[in-house]
Amino acid sequence: MFGEKIKRVEDPALLRGKGKYLDDIHLPGMLHAAFVRAPVAHATFSDIDSSAALAIDGVVAVYTLDDLRPHLTDTVMPVEQPSGALKLSASPSTLADGEVRYVGEPVACVIAESPYIAEDAAQLVFVDYSNLPVSADYLSALDDGAATAHSDFADNLVAGFTLAYGDTDDTFAGAAHVFRETLHQHKGLGHAIECRGVAAELNPRDHVLNVWSATQMAHRAQSILVQMLDLPEDRIRVVTPNVGGGFGPKFVFYQEEVVVPLAAMLLGRPVKWVEDRREHFTAATMERDQLWDMEVAVNADGRLLGVRGTMAHDHGAYTPYGVNLPYNAATNFLGPYELPSMSLDVKLALTNMTPVTPVRGAGRPQGTFAMERLMDRIARELGLDRVEVRRRNLIPAESMPYDTQIKTRDGATMTYDSGDYPAALDAALERGGYSDFAARQAAALAEGRYLGIGVANYVEGTGRGPFESAVVRIKPSGKIVIYTGATDQGQGLKTALAQVCAAQTGAAIEDIEVVTGDTGKVSLGLGAFASRQAVTAGSSVHVAALEVRNKALKVAAHLLEAAEEDLDIADGKISVRGVPDMSVTLGDVARAVQGMPGFSLPGGVDPGMEATANFSPPTLTYCNGVHVAEVEVDPGTGHVQVLNYVIVHDSGRLINPTIVEGQITGGATHGLGSALFERMIYDDQGQPQTTNFGEYLLPSAPEVPHFDMIHMESPTPLNPLGVKGAGEGGTIPVTSAIASAVDDALSPFGVVVRDLPIEPKRIVEMINQSS
Amino acid sequence: MKPAPFDYVRASSVEEAVAALAASNGDAKVLAGGQSLVPMLNFRVVDAPLFVDINGIEGLDLIEEKEDGGLRIGALTRHFALETSVSVRDRFPVLHEAMKHVAHLAIRNRGTIGGSLSHADPAAELPMMAVLLDAKIVAAGPDGEREIPAGDFFTAPLTTVLAPDEIVVAVDLPGLPAVTGWGFEEFAQRRGDFAVAGVAALVTREGGTVTNTRIALMGLHDTPVRARSAEAAFGESGIEAAAVAARQDADPMNDLHGSADYRRHLAEALTRRVLTAALERAAQ
Ligand SMILES: Cc1cc2nc3c(=O)[nH]c(=O)nc-3n(C[C@H](O)[C@H](O)[C@H](O)COP(=O)(O)OP(=O)(O)OC[C@H]3O[C@@H](n4cnc5c(N)ncnc54)[C@H](O)[C@@H]3O)c2cc1C
Repeated sequence: MFGEKIKRVEDPALLRGKGKYLDDIHLPGMLHAAFVRAPVAHATFSDIDSSAALAIDGVVAVYTLDDLRPHLTDTVMPVEQPSGALKLSASPSTLADGEVRYVGEPVACVIAESPYIAEDAAQLVFVDYSNLPVSADYLSALDDGAATAHSDFADNLVAGFTLAYGDTDDTFAGAAHVFRETLHQHKGLGHAIECRGVAAELNPRDHVLNVWSATQMAHRAQSILVQMLDLPEDRIRVVTPNVGGGFGPKFVFYQEEVVVPLAAMLLGRPVKWVEDRREHFTAATMERDQLWDMEVAVNADGRLLGVRGTMAHDHGAYTPYGVNLPYNAATNFLGPYELPSMSLDVKLALTNMTPVTPVRGAGRPQGTFAMERLMDRIARELGLDRVEVRRRNLIPAESMPYDTQIKTRDGATMTYDSGDYPAALDAALERGGYSDFAARQAAALAEGRYLGIGVANYVEGTGRGPFESAVVRIKPSGKIVIYTGATDQGQGLKTALAQVCAAQTGAAIEDIEVVTGDTGKVSLGLGAFASRQAVTAGSSVHVAALEVRNKALKVAAHLLEAAEEDLDIADGKISVRGVPDMSVTLGDVARAVQGMPGFSLPGGVDPGMEATANFSPPTLTYCNGVHVAEVEVDPGTGHVQVLNYVIVHDSGRLINPTIVEGQITGGATHGLGSALFERMIYDDQGQPQTTNFGEYLLPSAPEVPHFDMIHMESPTPLNPLGVKGAGEGGTIPVTSAIASAVDDALSPFGVVVRDLPIEPKRIVEMINQSS
Repeated sequence: MKPAPFDYVRASSVEEAVAALAASNGDAKVLAGGQSLVPMLNFRVVDAPLFVDINGIEGLDLIEEKEDGGLRIGALTRHFALETSVSVRDRFPVLHEAMKHVAHLAIRNRGTIGGSLSHADPAAELPMMAVLLDAKIVAAGPDGEREIPAGDFFTAPLTTVLAPDEIVVAVDLPGLPAVTGWGFEEFAQRRGDFAVAGVAALVTREGGTVTNTRIALMGLHDTPVRARSAEAAFGESGIEAAAVAARQDADPMNDLHGSADYRRHLAEALTRRVLTAALERAAQ
């Protein structure tokens, strides 16, 4: 069962349109919310005139912050994550508090009988804005005297840190070669197919505030609501319905997630809000820009000696999450290479644009891009093959576990636990036809076609703790239920957890129900982020299922009057080995321990056939991989066509290869978007210019190549399943591989990619500049 | 993204539709395939009190073959019907090719030629084809029908000479001379998107010599245009000169998907390609 490509248990419902997403929640008497959002990037306001909106038939209420203030313990959202790097506290306000700081910031909320009426009325809420100077350029935002994104802050340096080890000054002084690269990186939005949404109802019978949210983090949402609304935990239940993709932005707890439940409490009627795509473009968090200015020191053979540089990061207007995006970018720079010294100075700038938080990859694609661009530069300068330079610097398999000298956020040393990086590179090159590419390239060039190949490596820390919860229970009916604080975003979590459980309990997959992200069902939980749920929830399910299995065997031994060692557990039954007729079902053993008045339990066991586990991984487990991209570039139009794409990845042991393949395919597609298509554009007044899918381009089916995948499985010793995360790895090296391939294709013109995304107009510009 | 309130009438004849438009003092909008109008409605970019649905009018979706080798195409002809029409393929292969680049299949199933021409997107294929093929656009209004040459029809982005109470009922394409080769190229970063720029050409040969050349541009002006200096340069000095001249014929805008410079570059590169193709085809 473990490791098998079984079909996803989620799919029969989802593929038939029978999923129950947030917008499928319809409750009697339900009202609908629409948000009045800031139309300008930075302004103060004093008056909000709701009279015209309230005059519309069907409008029930218009809330501003003043209306909500009496019902909140604090109007500032308690969402910032602690970090020594933070210099300014910039948590968002529940609704804007006299100052708006990005286009799309919620200012007021209209509640009406239908979403149509709510939107009509939202247009009629008048706010008298007085514009303030706008911080719209993250680079100049850090200059003295720059316009500040918050009028009450003296500057925009919201956070900064230096990541350093070894002696870079000495290293650079003595190095054979030093090269410098300046890279403008851009990465866009998560764009789950389902936008955000929240619905809430105060149940009049038990006074529980039921909140449904399309979130990655049900338990965090509950704990913030408890804090903000000052209600006891058992009066707030947060449930995640089917969620149509998370990718990071749904990790954040948003203003709407407290306004809508509060409105439902105040009005005594259910209220629902479903974000539309245009809102999502400005009101959901995103990634944006980083400028990496890096110098690398190498010896005469192209071996890395040290790297030093700076990175500036556009943080947006608030800190609704933390600083881990640039932190991951910095710590991930290293990748699979041996780097004796490093010094990277990182600065985070506040701007009057949508807050920036991690999207799939979470900074790692940017760190990887910086390192992989330097690798290509070294190869060019020293006249070495790009692969050869990488090979000379790879961490050998014998060095595992490998101490990187880098400290993680919790102060521990980043240690790569397992993997064979050189073997992964070899496998990728072979599948990608690297050795005969030069001949193919030359033949194509003779026909006037420009082919290029690019290779990129990555390493990713996955399975972030501190823990995830799982309760595994065999019910007297014989069915098994798993409760976990992990959340299902459509990625196949339920199938994977059921497989882990089935491997121990011998139950059929269809007899295992997995309940995710419901604070009413399990008291502890974290959720979906950092490629962690297979590692953390998977291990918890494994540990709990093992405990239940042992207990079931013990009880069965008692019922069957046999020794535990002589029992087999399979197909929902426990039987005496060699005597298949002597058996009890899982239901039998569960019934035996549910208790009968006056009778003691068989075998002296504790009551109930259930176990709880909150597996806490000791540290991150590192997956790795290699991408090889072959492209054709049309110098006439600047078009980049991906001809062949090979992915070797090592996510440790695979619970279900089909699910992993789906994750890798989706991840690589996200990466392709960052490489070639996606750009969130703002003008110099902080006005977003790309707020629909005609303006902001996602890769669509014809643009996405077949990803040819090779699975390597280096089990990690850090969890009982030996698994590593697989949700983000696919994204990480794509920009690097494509950039390298484009350089290679356009080498007759001497083009070098230094900006992302690599848009056609930019390619034409680079060709024109070079010739 | 919910539209503001509006009224709706479904017309069963051209006269009825025109009367409904005339009665609204110019505020009503025609609804054809809805593929441009409905998104604008949901974005609240368009807010009209009344929509006059012309989908119920019979006889507006015919493709008729004319004796001169031309076609009359009814305004309600769907993009998909044009794309798959044998008459279009045989008589106007350049149009057949262009239709494959219009949006995505689902949109082509609904979108109409009348809607596309009236919508007048400067980067849309059908307006450019109308200009290339010297189409006559037939419009009906309160005073009856009139014919408008495609070259006079488009005045600015999303703007035509149609009066608010006129509707397009048909498009006449005059037949092409016998030995006419064609070329069509557009560039969009993704298949189905509106093109950043596009160029189409027709080259007619008699005996060994080129007797007529038409080149049309889209996405390179505020309306689709003929590239007159490129046409002249081609006749005098051939493909390279025409390609360079096409840069001058273009007067493009800067926008998200392309700077003016980039679009001029595309004008040149694509003109070179379409003329090469058209010449080759005219030789066959
Ligand atoms: C995602 C997407 C991609 C697209 N890509 C392309 C593309 O690549 N190329 C392209 O050319 N188009 C593209 N389109 C637009 C599509 O081709 C539309 O079908 C077309 O522009 C309008 O035709 P319609 O019949 O849908 O008109 P409608 O949307 O119904 O109407 C459009 C406008 O024309 C008016 N109108 C409609 N019919 C008449 C008439 N008979 N007389 C007078 N006025 C009329 C309407 O009042 C309205 O103002 C795309 C659309 C979408 C949604």
